[in-house]
Amino acid sequence: MKTKLKYEIDGGVLRLELAGNYLEHIDDEAVQNLCETAEKQTVTAIEVSAANLQKWDSSLVAVLYRLQKTARRRQLPFSGSGLPSGLQRLLKLAFSVDRRPENTTARRQVFLERVGEKGINIVCSAHKGLSFLADAARSLGSFFEGRAVMRREDFLFALEDCGYKALPIVSLISFMVGLILAFVGAVQLKTFGAEIYVASLVTIGMTRIMGAIMTGIIMAGRTGAAYAATIGTMQVNEETDALKTMGIPIADFLVLPRMAALVLTMPLLTMWSDFMGMLGGGFVGVTMLGIPLPRYWELSVEAINLSNFLVGIFHGFVFGIVIAVCGCYYGVNCGRNADSVGLATTRAVVSAIVWMIVMTGIITVICEVLGV
Amino acid sequence: MKATPAIEVKNLTIGYGDFVLLKDLNYTVNKGDIFIIMGGSGCGKSSMLRVLTGLTLPQKGSVCINGVDFTRAAPEKREQIMRRSGILYQSGALFSSMTLAENIALPLQQYSACSGREIKDLVSLKLALVGLAGFEDFYPSEISGGMKKRAGLARALALDPDIVYFDEPSAGLDPVSSRLLDDLILDINRCLNTTIVVVTHELASIFAIGSNSIFLDGESKSIQGYGNPRELLKNPPNEKVLNFLTRGEGKHA
Repeated sequence: MKTKLKYEIDGGVLRLELAGNYLEHIDDEAVQNLCETAEKQTVTAIEVSAANLQKWDSSLVAVLYRLQKTARRRQLPFSGSGLPSGLQRLLKLAFSVDRRPENTTARRQVFLERVGEKGINIVCSAHKGLSFLADAARSLGSFFEGRAVMRREDFLFALEDCGYKALPIVSLISFMVGLILAFVGAVQLKTFGAEIYVASLVTIGMTRIMGAIMTGIIMAGRTGAAYAATIGTMQVNEETDALKTMGIPIADFLVLPRMAALVLTMPLLTMWSDFMGMLGGGFVGVTMLGIPLPRYWELSVEAINLSNFLVGIFHGFVFGIVIAVCGCYYGVNCGRNADSVGLATTRAVVSAIVWMIVMTGIITVICEVLGV
Repeated sequence: MKATPAIEVKNLTIGYGDFVLLKDLNYTVNKGDIFIIMGGSGCGKSSMLRVLTGLTLPQKGSVCINGVDFTRAAPEKREQIMRRSGILYQSGALFSSMTLAENIALPLQQYSACSGREIKDLVSLKLALVGLAGFEDFYPSEISGGMKKRAGLARALALDPDIVYFDEPSAGLDPVSSRLLDDLILDINRCLNTTIVVVTHELASIFAIGSNSIFLDGESKSIQGYGNPRELLKNPPNEKVLNFLTRGEGKHA
């Protein structure tokens, strides 16, 4: 049952009489009425008596705090001398805060200000991103000149991590994609009695683009996210500050080994993905369409076109740069708390995927223009 | 004999965006001093340290290290000055993928012409100086918080810096480890004649090691006390400094 509050106005004095137990639930309506009464112009003082008060908890302190705040705001005398000493101490403590926020009400921005601020933020972000790209490119240059501050162990570790350790997941997903492509194609081609072309469909699809895209998406989620999280955590632990104060370029020390490793492994993983996709297509061709394995393989090999194959590998190379840059960029620009690391990881993956799609569009247009 | 300044802070204003954290600060850290930057939580001590170490640029004013204006120097010159200082971060900031030896060897490999053998010997020496002899092949995750700070200090001392900065060295340490770290700071100051700047609010450490200090006040955004911590306790310039140095008891401890 909710506790009621007993009060009255006597000669301009609001008298609140506390009796019995005030534990947990004090009636909201009663509290609201009490505070509204305290706001009345006829009230010139507030008194709280607690002669018969037995048990109480924070809910009563909260009510009295609210009442006393009203009294202070309205500059009314507040008397709580009859309150238990513990309760009085709590109220004193609540009002003893000596420092308050300087400006609690933020000025509302007009529309043009908001647009301007957004515009400036976009320009600043673009500048930051381009500076990062320039630093990464400079590091890559110093790497080829043999001047980069990169630990061989870090490079080998990154190579291992985004190389053979990524093979199982790339294999599984690529096999499944090949299988799905073949299955969807077979359903359509069967209606024309042309199911034999499933092999060509899967081979061309995988080698030209699907192998690279699937590998890119897997690596963005797996390795790009790991890069952002690792570097972001280093930011939280002040390790990147330590590097800066030692004068060691972050682009060389943290970005370069990761980027070099991905740029090297992505084309290789793309080739592996092409092969696994063709294998997945073969599984459907042999088991569902009844095409003999040697015949399926022969048709697949016939469908491999060097330019398609090279375009696919080039996609892999570009995606390697995109994933490494996005992962490292968001890691380096991560904030200094746990939330920021999560945010950096999410942004790294999302932006890597978006940029991969954008780059695919650009490469496709270039290939179209060049007639490749 | 007139003391030589190691760090001169002139009309320094620190903040983020439009927000001013501290304004128009002026003070000097002399060579060989153990200089304490103290103040309540959120008063801008760590931000001050970031400016002194070159991680953040001030809104206004300058910081001269050994007579050179650090804040306006070209990036190459800034890096050169930064290399002459070591920093011990709150958490130690050791690189988790490297052993303690590799952590300490990194600046030596980068900026000294030492051979592999020399670097190995120097690493052993620096670790021994901070009481971690034999821990060369341990990873940061395998040692305690206090040991991480010591290892961080060994890395900060790798290039024999002129100035060593400490960001809350006692944070997260038990009283005994904290005392041992204070003793280590005193030993380094005496033996290597290194200028030391410590950001802290630990009163025991402040009185044990500080030879000079400033008290930063977040409310007035200014320096409210400047001098030897013991002298400040004896003759507090104002209520705020007295309250801080006596844990709010308001009378001489």
